[in-house]
Amino acid sequence: MKAVIAVLSAVIGWLMLTVSSAQAQIEIDITKGNLDPTPIAVPDFIGTDAQSRQIGRDVAEVIRADLERSGLFKSLDPASFLETQTNIDYEPTFADWRIIRAEALVSGRIVTDSPTRVRVEFRLWDVFAGKQLAGIRFATTPQNWRRSAHKASDAIYKALTGEDGYFDSRIVYIDESGPKTNRKKRLAIMDQDGHSPQYLLAGSDLVLTPRFSPNSQKITYMSYENNRPQVYQLEIETGRRELLGDFPGMTFAPRFSPDGNKLIMSMSRRGNSDLYVMDLRSRSTNRLTTDPAIDVSGSFSPDGRKVVFNSDRGGSPQLYVMNADGTGIKRISFGKGRYNAPVWSPRGDKIAFVKSQGGKFSIGVMNPDGSGERQLTESYMDEGPTWSPNGRVIIFSRSTRGRNAKAEIWSVDLTGQNLRKMPTPGQASDPAWSPILP
Amino acid sequence: MTRKFILASFVGASLMTACASQPDPVEEVVEAPIAAPEPVTQTPPPRVVQDTTPPPVVLPPDPNLPIPGTADDFAYQSGGEPRVFFAYNRYELTNEARDVLRRQANWLQIYSEYTAVIEGHADERGTREYNLALAERRADSVRAFLVSQGVTPNRLRTVSYGKERPIDPRSNEEGWARNRNGFTNLNSSSSS
Repeated sequence: MKAVIAVLSAVIGWLMLTVSSAQAQIEIDITKGNLDPTPIAVPDFIGTDAQSRQIGRDVAEVIRADLERSGLFKSLDPASFLETQTNIDYEPTFADWRIIRAEALVSGRIVTDSPTRVRVEFRLWDVFAGKQLAGIRFATTPQNWRRSAHKASDAIYKALTGEDGYFDSRIVYIDESGPKTNRKKRLAIMDQDGHSPQYLLAGSDLVLTPRFSPNSQKITYMSYENNRPQVYQLEIETGRRELLGDFPGMTFAPRFSPDGNKLIMSMSRRGNSDLYVMDLRSRSTNRLTTDPAIDVSGSFSPDGRKVVFNSDRGGSPQLYVMNADGTGIKRISFGKGRYNAPVWSPRGDKIAFVKSQGGKFSIGVMNPDGSGERQLTESYMDEGPTWSPNGRVIIFSRSTRGRNAKAEIWSVDLTGQNLRKMPTPGQASDPAWSPILP
Repeated sequence: MTRKFILASFVGASLMTACASQPDPVEEVVEAPIAAPEPVTQTPPPRVVQDTTPPPVVLPPDPNLPIPGTADDFAYQSGGEPRVFFAYNRYELTNEARDVLRRQANWLQIYSEYTAVIEGHADERGTREYNLALAERRADSVRAFLVSQGVTPNRLRTVSYGKERPIDPRSNEEGWARNRNGFTNLNSSSSS
């Protein structure tokens, strides 16, 4: 696969961006379920020639879709706009935007500097305060307009919510095809909005549970390439893949440490699965658990000091937290039902998991000490949660029931609101969200 | 009459010998009724009778039965397919599974040129990674039992497929039960 490293530079503070957030009137509390999304107007960006006008329409459309999908914004219909700006260096006519109840306005333009370089420039306005909240400029190649649109969405999200966005990011997942009893599974990657899907491996070996490295450049996954399940890593840029340690038993459920230097995984010996950490530089492994029960699905806290994992040492699958060296194991799940597949939030404040009870599987979150458990979804099979880079959204696999069961990727926000099916080219499972791209 | 006399004289003899050491007299001993003995019957030796039924015909092999020593034969000896089944979220072998595996072990000891990959499988009602671990335990239960029955350990290896390779597409009790299994896959990929 060819690189998608953007020639993309951002100049934040373009022109007179000086309004502090204290002066803004728009307040979006993203810690609560947002049942009342903020109305925002994003007209097509202005262009001076055919190419820049086309890019301007495309960029605005991507921004509208990003913001709308977040559930925090309602993107107003461009057909309702009263003012058509021809120069974004003048203040908009705020009254015209207040009439249509826009609370925020994004006015932008595309400037063609050369055949290989365009600038994407925009200002974000607080319509009711009549103030500019942000003025931002990106430079990139004309072909790379899509990423600059996602970066613009991230900047808008941050200016309006105070938190980092997650739009300029990608999702690695498993593309599924074929009947239930003869399923083909292939490693694939797409933008977080489902755009630009590509396969990452040529072969047709069964591949499962891909996860990003913290710099988004590598993926670790499990493959049956050698006719048995083993953990690999893949460099996205070069396509170089590598078996991580050739052990006699199955290795599975890999995840990178937050610094990217280590990998936690499970290894089974004589049927018993325990957690191990591999140092990716020395390739030495260190065993973390020795219990005769199943120990699986390890996930580091973002500071690298703790590990949450799944074990049935208590008689049924539950969640446990321990120090990163394997000491101090404590059970944290005590509700009814079985708990699996814990994943620590990149913010550190929550752990997402799968809970099964009464024949249903749901995605839930709890605090790292086990308090504050909350159920976000429920279906025949919801599993494999993964966090958005800002820790506000969870995407997961959902499988429907029956002979013609479908594998889908869904998203839900931390509050349980805004449940949506993600667009994927085919059936899809095992999503893993990248960090914000560099 | 003759029998009474014999008996009386026998008793008398016993009394006489007893008298030497034990002086207490025993007055009556022959009071108990004596059951009449079975009449002695003469059993004649069995007669030699000529068997007039024709000797059994040597049949050609049943075309419906697999050729001994083939993978089909192994499946047949295992009861149809070389697969044993597990309860939900369990990896212990049932008695039925043990019976099947004893037959598999016998067969594998006769046909020692074969190796096998024990595949562990789980039903769809579990999360992916946990099911990989659970199915690995199932495969290991099968392998350990075959080894306990005398199959050389290095002829058997295990592969867990978790819930990735269901044999029954149904999402009901029957389908799930079929999909929780350990499959003894003869000779498959034994070179790797």
